[in-house]
Amino acid sequence: MTIDWSWIGDHTDDLTSLTLSHLQAAMTAVFLGVLISLPLAVVAHRIRPLRGFLLGVSNVLFTIPSIAIFVLLLPVSGLTRTTTVIGLTVYTLVVLLRNTVEGLDSVPAKTKEAAKAMGTRPLRTLLTVEFPLALPVIMAGVRIATVMSISLVSVATYIGDGGLGQLFTDGFQRNFPTPVIAGVVLTILLAVVADALLVAVQYVLTPWRRRRA
Amino acid sequence: MIQFDAVHKRFPNGTTAVHDLTLRMPEGGVTVLVGSSGCGKTTTLRMINRMVEPTSGTIRVGGKDVTRQDAAELRRSIGYVIQQAGLFPHRTVLDNIATVPLLLGHGRRRARAKAAELLETVGLTAEAGKRYPHQLSGGQQQRVGVARALAADPPVLLMDEPFGAVDPVVRTQLQDELLRLQKELSKTIVFVTHDVDEAVRLGDQIAIFRTGGHLVQCASPAELLARPADDFVADFLGAERGLKLLSLKTLAGVPQGPAPEGEAWTLVLDAADKPLHWASKDGAEIPVRPLKDGDSLLAALDESIASPTGLVARVDAAGRLTGVTSRDDIHRHAGQAHSEARVAA
Repeated sequence: MTIDWSWIGDHTDDLTSLTLSHLQAAMTAVFLGVLISLPLAVVAHRIRPLRGFLLGVSNVLFTIPSIAIFVLLLPVSGLTRTTTVIGLTVYTLVVLLRNTVEGLDSVPAKTKEAAKAMGTRPLRTLLTVEFPLALPVIMAGVRIATVMSISLVSVATYIGDGGLGQLFTDGFQRNFPTPVIAGVVLTILLAVVADALLVAVQYVLTPWRRRRA
Repeated sequence: MIQFDAVHKRFPNGTTAVHDLTLRMPEGGVTVLVGSSGCGKTTTLRMINRMVEPTSGTIRVGGKDVTRQDAAELRRSIGYVIQQAGLFPHRTVLDNIATVPLLLGHGRRRARAKAAELLETVGLTAEAGKRYPHQLSGGQQQRVGVARALAADPPVLLMDEPFGAVDPVVRTQLQDELLRLQKELSKTIVFVTHDVDEAVRLGDQIAIFRTGGHLVQCASPAELLARPADDFVADFLGAERGLKLLSLKTLAGVPQGPAPEGEAWTLVLDAADKPLHWASKDGAEIPVRPLKDGDSLLAALDESIASPTGLVARVDAAGRLTGVTSRDDIHRHAGQAHSEARVAA
């Protein structure tokens, strides 16, 4: 299996735009996933009877095969980027929801109690005490969801999207390995860089976890 | 002033935590609530800032019924210190202390300036303000807890076993500092502990609770030790309650005479008249612990037993010898202290 470097040289523009499109699909999905799972996690955390239900639903959604989810969405949103993003978002929910609930659970009761006793109202406690302290666990979820989404975007090739995934079908159809290898390498690179960035973001957002005494 | 009137607390599981409690906690004084675990002392404390709501009865702080006030606003007006400090792990020490002023809308700058001032008040360095709670020792965290409770200058301070998790040496230091602060600030303090010695040391009045949330006796430490209301209180105060009473009385007024000369033991002084040790004719040395007027009769009794002559060396504020007091005089005053306490009130 040899790499045809001249093909890569001739297609740098295509590779760049596919990479960006790939990244955009994954990032949008994670962003929407966070937006949806934060309030749902608060509900699941506060109202015990709903916790099992919400986590159960997100688990069931996760078991739907990825191709099936795109096909099921076709009558709703057609062969569009929207279909890709909705599908990916559904998958991020299981990780994000579970981790956010666990993150909120991990906040020490004593700390919440102190906030209340100081005269902090519930919403402010949630925003300024519970979320910051849950952040490490939430961020662990965001990292998994991000890497997972980046790897899953390729599946959307079946509905004509799929970012770097298009390189795989192209390579398979022509029995030409170079685009496949380029696609794999770029996908891995994207995942590694995105994960490293998230680690850096977490480092910046949680100064209290640095320089242990 | 905090006033409990016929306050009852029954939890949803059916246990009665506080039973028909009527109790007055005077303004500017320290009221200590003691009792074994499950006696309702913490519940009583927590009803004051509505962390627990009473089932019936009224609780008034400064004349106002607490249940008629907005709970969050009420809590901001009452300082609260809990065991192991309960600091916010994600905020610096300075921002922890600034919590309530920020909630009151004082602005970050003013709140931080006040917090920096309080760091000093509770005996911490400015450098400690930039740290996070986990970087401090248990004792330092507890000091931050006290500073945080004082930040908005509330008239009332609730302290729930604040020194329960630190070692005995640090605990004594923290108690000393609380007494020093209280002298300056005169807060109305409600203090929960299960440690009788701590209660005797800190309390202007002590309320003893029995399992089931019954208040058994509320009195000054001296009265409580001299006249326990029943066997439960007597048992709770322990076998040494007679000695504990002596910890409340000082040596001031106990007569002293000149130090012995030319006898079996002599008191050796340094050039500045400070006692060094007891020396015998055959050259043996026994350490001496000189006492000031402010020291307790208990310390004097202890020293009179350790002293080879039964004499206690007395010194002035500068540590210079003023005279000695005999074991007999100390015993006589100890007895007097007891009979006075029994007669009083």
